[in-house]
Amino acid sequence: MVAELGHFCLWLALALAVLQSTLPVYGYASGKTWLLAVARPTAILQWLALTIGMFALAWAFYSHDFSLSYVAGHSNSKLPLGYRLSAIWGGHEGSLLLWVWILSFWGLLVSLLRGRVPTDIHALVLAVMGMIGIGFLAFMLFTSNPFDRSLPWFPLDGGDLNPLLQDFGLIIHPPMLYTGYVGFSVAFAFAIAGLIAGRLDPLWARWARPWTTVAWAFLSLGIALGSWWAYYELGWGGWWFWDPVENASLMPWLCGTALIHSLAVTEKRGLFRAWTVLLAIMAFSLCLLGTFLVRSGVLTSVHSFANDPARGAFVLAFLVIVVGASLSLFAIRAPVLRHRSGFEFLSRDSFLLGNNLILLSATFVVLMGTLFPLIGEALDIKISVRSPYFNAFFVPLTMVLMLLLVPGMFSNWKKQDGRLLMKRLLWLAPVSVVLGLLLVFFSAGEMPFVGILSAVMVVYVILAQVSDWLQKSLAFRSGLWRGARRLQRSYYGMLLGHIGLAIIVAGVTQVSFREMERDLRMLPGDVAEIAGYDFTFVGVGERVGPNFTALRGTIQISSGERAVTTLYPEKRTYLAGGQLMTEAAIHSNLWRDLYVALGEPIGDEAWAVRIYYKPGIGWLWIGALFLGLGGFIAASDRRYRSKKLEESEVSE
Amino acid sequence: MNKSGWLFIPLLAFVGLAILLASGLGRDTEELPTALAGKPLPTLQLPSLMRAGTEVNNELFLGHWTLLNVWASWCPTCYVEHPYLMQLADQGVRLVGLNYKDDLDKARQYLAKLGNPYLEVAVDESGSYGIDLGVYGAPETFIINPRGEVVFRYVGEVNERSWQQRFMPLWGEEKQ
Repeated sequence: MVAELGHFCLWLALALAVLQSTLPVYGYASGKTWLLAVARPTAILQWLALTIGMFALAWAFYSHDFSLSYVAGHSNSKLPLGYRLSAIWGGHEGSLLLWVWILSFWGLLVSLLRGRVPTDIHALVLAVMGMIGIGFLAFMLFTSNPFDRSLPWFPLDGGDLNPLLQDFGLIIHPPMLYTGYVGFSVAFAFAIAGLIAGRLDPLWARWARPWTTVAWAFLSLGIALGSWWAYYELGWGGWWFWDPVENASLMPWLCGTALIHSLAVTEKRGLFRAWTVLLAIMAFSLCLLGTFLVRSGVLTSVHSFANDPARGAFVLAFLVIVVGASLSLFAIRAPVLRHRSGFEFLSRDSFLLGNNLILLSATFVVLMGTLFPLIGEALDIKISVRSPYFNAFFVPLTMVLMLLLVPGMFSNWKKQDGRLLMKRLLWLAPVSVVLGLLLVFFSAGEMPFVGILSAVMVVYVILAQVSDWLQKSLAFRSGLWRGARRLQRSYYGMLLGHIGLAIIVAGVTQVSFREMERDLRMLPGDVAEIAGYDFTFVGVGERVGPNFTALRGTIQISSGERAVTTLYPEKRTYLAGGQLMTEAAIHSNLWRDLYVALGEPIGDEAWAVRIYYKPGIGWLWIGALFLGLGGFIAASDRRYRSKKLEESEVSE
Repeated sequence: MNKSGWLFIPLLAFVGLAILLASGLGRDTEELPTALAGKPLPTLQLPSLMRAGTEVNNELFLGHWTLLNVWASWCPTCYVEHPYLMQLADQGVRLVGLNYKDDLDKARQYLAKLGNPYLEVAVDESGSYGIDLGVYGAPETFIINPRGEVVFRYVGEVNERSWQQRFMPLWGEEKQ
C-alpha cells in the first residue's frame, strides 16, 4: 500500500508541476497577475508530494518489500540498514527520484526565499523549474518507475546492492552531486525568466548569483566525493579516470565556474549580459547532457546505469526541447538586452573574460574527449581517448588560468593603471619563483619542468591571496583585525576558492610526480620498502561480514624503528551476487597516503600485493573543501539578503 | 538580424550535437572492440579443469569453429546463460570454457550440478590469460575461427537473441 501511495504522489507531483509551469506563464503573458501567485504554493506542494514519495521508497527498502522490482534488484535481507536506505539512489529509477526530489527542494527554497526578486520574475523562475520537473517526472513515470511491482511472482530475497556502492562515500556522493547538478537549474530558470521579461541587468545578476554559487559549491563537493570514493573503493589507486561519467560532472563544473565569474562582471559592471545568460543555459544543458550520457547507454563507462535505448530517446528528446527552446529564445531575445558600456584592455573585466575563455576551452576539450568515441562511431572507427589527451590540454590551461588569476584580482574594474599593476606583480613573481624552487628542492629533489612550474604557480596564487587580503584589510586604516572584519563575505569566498584551486593543483602535482608504486609477490614474513616505509606481510586470514565473507591480509608498516600502522586490505565475496571486491586499506596523514591492495593468491602462501605511496593526495579533497566553503561563504554575503534596494556599484 | 547572427551559433552547434547523440542511441555497447580481432588467440597453456594433468593449448581450436566462453562460479550472469550454452552444445556447437579466477572445487561442482557444455575447460586461476585476452569480467564469449584466430568478442549474456543477432552472422558465413 505504501508503495502505491508513493506512486500516487509522483503523479500528484506531475500534476502540480504542470500547474506550476503553465498558469504563471499564462498569467504573465495575458496580464492576469493573480495567476502568478499559483507558482509558490504549487512548488511547495510538489516538494511535499515528492517527499512522501521518497519516504514511501525508503519504507519499501526498510521493510524488505521485494515485490517492488527496484527493491528486489538493489537490496537484500542481509543488507545493513544504512545501505538499505542509501540503496534508494543505488540504481537508475531511485536515483531519478532523488534527482526530482532535489529539484523540488530547490523549488521549495526558491519559493520561500524570494528576497527582493519581483513577483513576476519570481513566478517565471518557478514556472521554468516546474517545466524541468515535468520532464523528469514524466521520464520516471513512463520509463523508469521505482514503484513498479513484479506481481504475482516476486523473489523471496533481493539480488543485493552492487557491492561497489555499499560504502559511506556512496551514501553522500550522489545527493551532493545531484544537489549541484540540479542547482544549476535555478540559474537556468533565472536566465530564462530574465530573457522572457527582458531584464538581465546588474540586479538580475545579483538575484541569480547566490543560487548559482551554492549550486557550484555543492557540485565541487560532489565531484570531490566521487573522486575520493573511486580512489579508495575501486582499488586501482587512481583518483580521476576521465571516464565519460566523470567528464559528465566536470563539464557543468567548468562551465559553472565560468558562470560565477561572468555573473560577477554582470553584477558589478552590467557587462557580458548575453554571455552570462548563455553560460547559464550551457551549464544546465551540460547537466542534462550528463544525465543523457549516463542513462542512455550511448557510452560505455564503469558507472553507466542502464542500457535502454527507450530511456535514452526520452532524455534526448527532453534535452532537445529544453536546450533547443532556450537557445532559440536566447537568439531571439538577446539583441534586446544589448548594453553599451566599454572597458579598457587592461582591466579586471578583460581578465575575467580571459578566465571565461580558458574555462570554456577546458569544457570544450572535455566535451570533445567524451564525444570522440561517438564521433568515431559515426565515422566507423573506434577511438578511445585516454588521459594523455586531457593532460595535454589541461596542464597548460590550468597554468595560464593561474597566471592570469592574480593580475585579474589586482586590477580595477573598467580601467587599470598598468604601472601600478606591474609594481604589485614585480615583487610577487620573483618571490614566487624562489619559494617554488625551494619547495621543490626540499620536498622532491627533482621534478620535470611542469612540476616546478606548477609549484611556482601554487606559491604565486597563495601569496597573492594573502597579500591582497593584507592590503585590503589595512586599507581601512583601522588595524588589521578590524579591517579584515570589514571586508565582504563574497571577498572571503573568492580568497578561499582561489586558495582551494592552488591546494588542488599542489596535490595533483605531488601525486603525479612523486607517487611510488610496487607490485609484489609476498610470502608471510616478507618485507618490502617504499619511500622509507617498511611493509611487512604478516599473512592472510578470514573474516565474516554481515553480507560478505572476506580474505583479510595483515600488513604492518614501520618507518625505521617506529611502527606506523597495521593495514588490513580485504578481498570480499558478496554472498547474494557472488561478486568479488577488492577493499584497499589506506593510512592517511596530511602529507601522504599509504595504500595497500590485496591481489590474487599466487601459490600456497604467496599473494600478489600492490603498495602505493601517494604524497599530497589528501590535498585534493582539502582543496575541494575550500572551494565548497568559499562558495557557501560567498553566497551568504549580506548584500544578497539586505532589504535595501540599491543599484550600487561597489567594487572590492 | 545580420549583426546578431552570432546569437544563433550556439543553437546551430547544439543541433549538430543532438544529431550526433541521436546516432549513438541504440548502439550495442555489449559488442566491445577487441584488439585481437583477426589475430591469433594468445598463446594458451593452461591446465584442464576436468582432466587432471592434461594441458589445454591453442591446437584445440585448429580446424573447427569454436566458442571460447569465459566463466566462473562466482559470476551470476554465467548461471543465467548456462542453460543456453547447454542448448548450443546439444546443437553441436564446439564450446571451450575458460574458468576465470575461480575456486576449482566450486567450478567443478558448478559443472556437476548444471551440466557441462564444454569440450574442454582451461583453468585461469590467476586471471593472467584473461589479461592476455583483454577480459573485463565474466561472462565474455569469443568466436575463434578454424585458423585459431579471434573473430569476435561479446561481453554479457549469450542467449537466443544475442546468438541469433550477433553470433550467427559471423558464425554461419564460413561454416564448414
